[in-house]
Amino acid sequence: MHKNSAAIRFDEVTLGYGRRPAVHHLDGEIASGSLTAIVGPNGAGKSTLLKGIVGTLRPLEGRIDLTGAAGAPIAYLPQAAEIDRSFPLSVYDLVAMGLWSRAGLFGGIGAKNRTRVEQALASVGLIGFERRPISTLSGGQMQRALFARLLLQDSPVILLDEPFTAIDAKTTADLLDVVRRWHAESRTVVAVLHDLDTVKRVFPQTLLIAREPVAWGETQEVLSPENLLRARRMVEAYDPHAAPCERGAA
Amino acid sequence: MIELLYGPFAEFDFMRRALVGVIAIALGGGPIGVFLMLRRMSLTGDAMAHAILPGAAVGYLMAGLSLPAMTIGGLFAGVVVAVAAGLISRFTALKEDASLAAFYLLSLALGVTLVSLRGSNVDLLHVLFGTVLALDDSTLLLIAGISTVTVLALAVLYRPLVLECVDPTFLRSVSRTGTPTHLMFLGLVVLNLVGGFHALGTLLAVGMMMLPAAASRFWSNDITMMMLLSVLIGIVSGIGGLLLSYHAELPAGPAIILTAGAVYAASLVLGREGGLLWLAWPRRHLEA
Repeated sequence: MHKNSAAIRFDEVTLGYGRRPAVHHLDGEIASGSLTAIVGPNGAGKSTLLKGIVGTLRPLEGRIDLTGAAGAPIAYLPQAAEIDRSFPLSVYDLVAMGLWSRAGLFGGIGAKNRTRVEQALASVGLIGFERRPISTLSGGQMQRALFARLLLQDSPVILLDEPFTAIDAKTTADLLDVVRRWHAESRTVVAVLHDLDTVKRVFPQTLLIAREPVAWGETQEVLSPENLLRARRMVEAYDPHAAPCERGAA
Repeated sequence: MIELLYGPFAEFDFMRRALVGVIAIALGGGPIGVFLMLRRMSLTGDAMAHAILPGAAVGYLMAGLSLPAMTIGGLFAGVVVAVAAGLISRFTALKEDASLAAFYLLSLALGVTLVSLRGSNVDLLHVLFGTVLALDDSTLLLIAGISTVTVLALAVLYRPLVLECVDPTFLRSVSRTGTPTHLMFLGLVVLNLVGGFHALGTLLAVGMMMLPAAASRFWSNDITMMMLLSVLIGIVSGIGGLLLSYHAELPAGPAIILTAGAVYAASLVLGREGGLLWLAWPRRHLEA
């Protein structure tokens, strides 16, 4: 059923910095309830695309429609989240931030939500870490805590930017279980990934991008050797004399 | 012996007033200092304290040592510098710390010049170092009012303020309260500096914020605890400083800040969270 409705629709979207495009003329949609990997070389515009969806970066041209998200805030895990690890905060409090949309500025958390926090901590294997200051967490434990926070956000659309970079195999496997669970709950999940084996094993849909979209669809077809080679070639050098883009200008 | 501790306050009205003043300043200043420190804005607080000077000086030029004129002038100048430094760092290549340094040097020079235009050296000392032993009713009310507003506002802003320090990207993704929270916080900083300015002067007002906050960091890993400790340290320093100034016949403002400095130094050495003693003689490591 989720094939029919789009969670996120791109209408000739160009995203970039200054006037230089990082994502050039992307057109298409991410189906509601789908599990999509975004793959491509460094500098291909993957993180830029996520920023565009979250809304921290406005498109230079085109539109991004979040029709399927139904106005609910998107849960977004940025690449190397800019968290101040030295801040005197406990793991519990960090994770409980995920309740923002329920509790807002002043709302109490309440017994029901406390159970939710405990369940989220259990789902990512961080039971017993509640009172630990976040400064004592390892990289993998921090990522587990951030996944627990995403769980609590309970959003229909979840964006992950390189969630498993510099994360060990055990932690990756545990967190992929969380991703599978989201998929089973018909949430729309989009993840930027570099490990093609993980993509092939877990993600049915893939968008291969190298500034221009290279291929988009079933993972097996998208990740063909020819497409991957094309993606590699497409990340060109910076051109100081680039002319204004004429595509779609008429 | 114990007489020495409460005698001066029992005997003299001006000591009681000073006591109320420093306690009120500690109540608001401590938590603000903790947030300044955690947001890595310790020097911003210092720069803004200087920035208040020319505003207060203009007030002084127009109305003499008048409470409302100097308060309004100081508030205005503090807000202008805070906003200008923020704007310059956003739109030019200059980082915020550099533009703040530029502003505060200008402010200090301008302020001292303005006061000297009309007043005596006594007035200049009054503006720079405050008159904690000569707080009148309206000044006390102003300081107490500012502390009340500060504590209430922090209670309201607490959640976004913490979130904005820890994970600004996350706050931006769930809510738009980040920027207004930051601005209101800057407003609170200016308010508290203006309150502290009447008692301790522009140069020392920030001391009642930063020294207790920095000391509290050595005793706790928890932000709530740090705020409580910073208030406690502020009050103890205030009382200790007043007694020190009374018995040793030292100027009161500097005595208060020196006492706070002594508490900071002691915390630096003895503090359970990263104090020097614990670093020098670490205990044996644990099993897990």
